[in-house]
Amino acid sequence: MSDPVIQVVGIRKTYGALVAVDEVSLDVHEAEIFGLIGPNGAGKTTTMECVEGIRTPDRGTIRVLGLDPVRDVYALQERIGVQLQQAQLQKRIKVWEAVHLWASLYRRQPGIGEQLLAQLGLTEKRNALFMTLSGGQKQRLFIALALINDPEVVFLDELTTGLDPQARRAIWDLVRGIRERGKTVFLTTHLMEEAERLCDRVAIIEHGRIIDAGRPAELVERYCPQRSIVLVTDDANALERFGRIPRLHDIARQDTRYTLSGTGDEFISDVIACLSEHRMRVSDLRTVVPTLEDVFFELTGHSIRD
Amino acid sequence: MRGLWQLTWLEIKIFLREPLGAIGSIVFPVIAFVILGRAAPRATSAAAGPMVGFFRDGGVAVFVSLLIALSAVLSLVTIISIYREGGILKRLRATPLRPPTILTAHVLVKLALTAVTMSLMLLAGKRYFAIGPAVPVGAFVLALLVSVSSILSIGFVIASIVPTARFAQPIGALVLYPMLALSGIFMPVSALPPVLRYIARALPLTYVVSLLQGIWRGDGWMAHLGDLAALMVVFVVCVALSSRIFRWE
Repeated sequence: MSDPVIQVVGIRKTYGALVAVDEVSLDVHEAEIFGLIGPNGAGKTTTMECVEGIRTPDRGTIRVLGLDPVRDVYALQERIGVQLQQAQLQKRIKVWEAVHLWASLYRRQPGIGEQLLAQLGLTEKRNALFMTLSGGQKQRLFIALALINDPEVVFLDELTTGLDPQARRAIWDLVRGIRERGKTVFLTTHLMEEAERLCDRVAIIEHGRIIDAGRPAELVERYCPQRSIVLVTDDANALERFGRIPRLHDIARQDTRYTLSGTGDEFISDVIACLSEHRMRVSDLRTVVPTLEDVFFELTGHSIRD
Repeated sequence: MRGLWQLTWLEIKIFLREPLGAIGSIVFPVIAFVILGRAAPRATSAAAGPMVGFFRDGGVAVFVSLLIALSAVLSLVTIISIYREGGILKRLRATPLRPPTILTAHVLVKLALTAVTMSLMLLAGKRYFAIGPAVPVGAFVLALLVSVSSILSIGFVIASIVPTARFAQPIGALVLYPMLALSGIFMPVSALPPVLRYIARALPLTYVVSLLQGIWRGDGWMAHLGDLAALMVVFVVCVALSSRIFRWE
């Protein structure tokens, strides 16, 4: 594998007595979507802003595209695109003015401003003042500004916070589009569904420390290998038949509804084999697969929303 | 300083879109000048009272210019703190823009605004009442720009320490406006009681008034090297101070 695009080794950042980030290390590779996930206040934004060169870590080393974000901050900012959490623009700046200003700030001027506005569905808003845009429109404008210099690495901090599900999905598609063009995306989110659907790899951070990192499916497999199947059957011998399924851990019954729990993907096949072997009549069946949300709970002992 | 002109021009346009801002800082001082200026001849003909000196020797012009300068500074302090609170400064800093470029753009906007307001004021003055032909308008505007730069640097110190945008305007006003009282605009510094005189000598506005009044009267720049030096010291100290304590977010 080639050198990582972003390499963070043992960074620490304190604000007075508060240790915001402690011994954080991570690698982000080319053309992947990497997510730093954790609850609010876990140190996601601080970590990301150190990588962007906006903050200076107290210790540790960071390399982005081979550059030191502190020493080479201007060279770095030419090659990255940044969307900050809860950023605003001048209230009375027009959409096209923001895009033109941003485009003029970079040495690399690919001239893709109007194209980005079109792609992000902002063309008819190009004369609108920033203050008149909806939350989703502002967020899309910030994504346009983050992409204006055709950056090699894009940083997105909590980009869908406060958006409705529909706008959120549209933005996910956009982010996938960024990766398709060979860019590397580093994002933070406290939404586990977002991380799971969008990220190739994630690192879970809490209290300023990285707990673990990997592909979402890998983490789920590692920490929450249990699978459940919920099915409804009126078969009189169901309980006895299910009891013989290998790898079954637990079975719960509520009238004709059974919840079978076991370990590993094989377990699902075992259940299906059992159903077909006995030609059982099943009127409903769904599998319950653990998510990153469950992984987070497993690792920290509390829900990410607490 | 790449991006400086784009940012400056954009900030001017944005400023003009703020209806109250444009009226308050351009139209209002011009009207105040015309009204005060028209009142002046009658007041001087009364030939008595402490305000006579105020209306002679360009007192009105200097006073109104000071108001323009102070309102420019207050508006700078307010804008900077609103930009900081809204994360606009931080967002601009996450681009190849150098931090001094961002702040310089705002200073240029205020200087341009001051120059425009002053020119309008002098034009209005010519139209509505006679400004003495001896008044060196160019030199006066230049002196005003020097003064504004110096007071703007104080503005940056204030902008560095105000906690939130809500406090920017009142704290700025509290720091700046009381200086007017002792600045020599209403009463010559030499006529003040000794204690107040010492305080007046420590206030930057006193040097601004001395410079502006002198240039209005037709003094040469050489006669005001002391004022210029004082304003330069204020500028250097405040820029150095605010570059250390300025907060971007």
